[in-house]
Amino acid sequence: MSFIEFHDLTHCYNQGQENEHKAIGGVKLSIEKGSFTAILGRNGSGKSTLAKHINGLLLPTAGSCLVDGKDTRKAEELWQIRRQVGMVFQNPDNQLIAAVVEDDVAFGPENLGMEPEEIRLKVNAALRAVNMAKYRTFAPHLLSGGQKQRIAIAGALAMDTECLVLDEPTAMLDPQGREEVMRTVQKLHEERGITIVYITHFMEEASVADRIVVMDKGNVAADGTPREIFADVPGMKKRGLDVPLAAEVAWQLRHQGVKLPETILTEDELVEALEAYTCQSN
Amino acid sequence: MLSNITIGQYFPGNSILHRLDPRVKVLLLFFFLIEIFLFSNAVAYGIFSAVTFALMLLSGVPLRMLLRSLKPLWWIILFTFVIHLFSNPGTPIAQFLLFTVTWEGLRMGCFISLRLVLLILMSSLLTFTTSPLKLTDALESLLSPFRRFGLPAHELAMMMTIALRFIPTLIEETDKIMKAQQSRGADFTTGNVMKRLRNMVPILVPLFLSAFRRADELAMAMEARCYRGGVGRTQMKSLKTGAIDYLAIGGFILLTASLIGVKVLA
Repeated sequence: MSFIEFHDLTHCYNQGQENEHKAIGGVKLSIEKGSFTAILGRNGSGKSTLAKHINGLLLPTAGSCLVDGKDTRKAEELWQIRRQVGMVFQNPDNQLIAAVVEDDVAFGPENLGMEPEEIRLKVNAALRAVNMAKYRTFAPHLLSGGQKQRIAIAGALAMDTECLVLDEPTAMLDPQGREEVMRTVQKLHEERGITIVYITHFMEEASVADRIVVMDKGNVAADGTPREIFADVPGMKKRGLDVPLAAEVAWQLRHQGVKLPETILTEDELVEALEAYTCQSN
Repeated sequence: MLSNITIGQYFPGNSILHRLDPRVKVLLLFFFLIEIFLFSNAVAYGIFSAVTFALMLLSGVPLRMLLRSLKPLWWIILFTFVIHLFSNPGTPIAQFLLFTVTWEGLRMGCFISLRLVLLILMSSLLTFTTSPLKLTDALESLLSPFRRFGLPAHELAMMMTIALRFIPTLIEETDKIMKAQQSRGADFTTGNVMKRLRNMVPILVPLFLSAFRRADELAMAMEARCYRGGVGRTQMKSLKTGAIDYLAIGGFILLTASLIGVKVLA
């Protein structure tokens, strides 16, 4: 059984009211433990709504969402699910609660009722894992956006989270902050085997995932490895999305009759393929 | 212009006063203030002044900073002094028109002013040596017995914490909105009071809107991190009462005993 399973998940906002809005309809999807899945989709495609179901912040209006075999609709399982699935949101300012960094990281474990000494250990370990230990006593408003997002990740780690759901964590950051967050997420995935569900608008970020799920109009439009997804340039454009620059150049060249493989994703691969091509044609 | 703000007047340090359990500090201050009103003979005032002065030195906070806390209340102190100077019957010293200055009035005026000065100094000693966060924790802990009468102690403390966290963020945001409106020609610096107040509206509307959105997102983030009110919640930095706290309590009991002694003898 997969770690996260959506069974015909449907969510309607304001159900039964005049302004009823169906954000996602009948999503069937399963995410394996220890995987790194990126979710892509244009604004309003339902990707954030989908993410909020994973730890029960939103409950399905039809269908179900199972996390580690537990149904998010069961109130008694909800707290265990939230402990296993940590969430990082888009706005770094609106998810830090305490006025001191270490107090904020301690917020989750405090809610779980752990002993003070244990919380201290977890907080220190979590801050080290995101490389923010020396900012322990800082006030959040003195940190950069990337640092705030890493604190938010530490907050989830301190609760021994097994899965991180990141909802466009880099959308409000500068390139340096984006890099910091991405590196932290990859490190946690590789070293600790934490399951990552990463929602993003940036194709370069999505290309490091094991798997990409493309959402469109409230349902899954495409699902596969980054190479498979980005090879389908027309399909991506149709869904309002871009592909990484190297993949697009390769696609355009292929159309002009240059014989290049369909799996090009990075600039290095493109350079290599072009070199091979020029050697061949000489 | 809105940057570099500090909340409260906490002066970081590591003096005995800084290290005391904030709960003990709050309680002792409370009782000390009561005693200042209970014991009103000259010797008692001498003792109170000496204790206050000693604590001021002990706190490691620059005396000038402490004395500056008297500044906003300077007029009230002077006013109280003058009222007492003229309103007490007794042996006259001098006469101004209808008012007579008496020895008793002078004495009372001095005492009452001194009383106010001591009250202010001692209270500011608490806020100078205790960070707002520790004060919040102390209040939560001290108010928790009243929970059974329906007082939401945890919720009040949580509100204080969130307010402390978001004051700098909202100030930054106000700054940003003001600049944005100024760049479109808004004017916040000229005109009479009414005009200036009206000009504040384009700042307040976006500020409130964003504050509500923040509140919404923050609530969701708190829920995602298993927050479900104060029940079953622990604290990483739980307050501990140690040796210096018992020493302080002992010192206070000694002070009270000697004050009672002085009163009985007098």
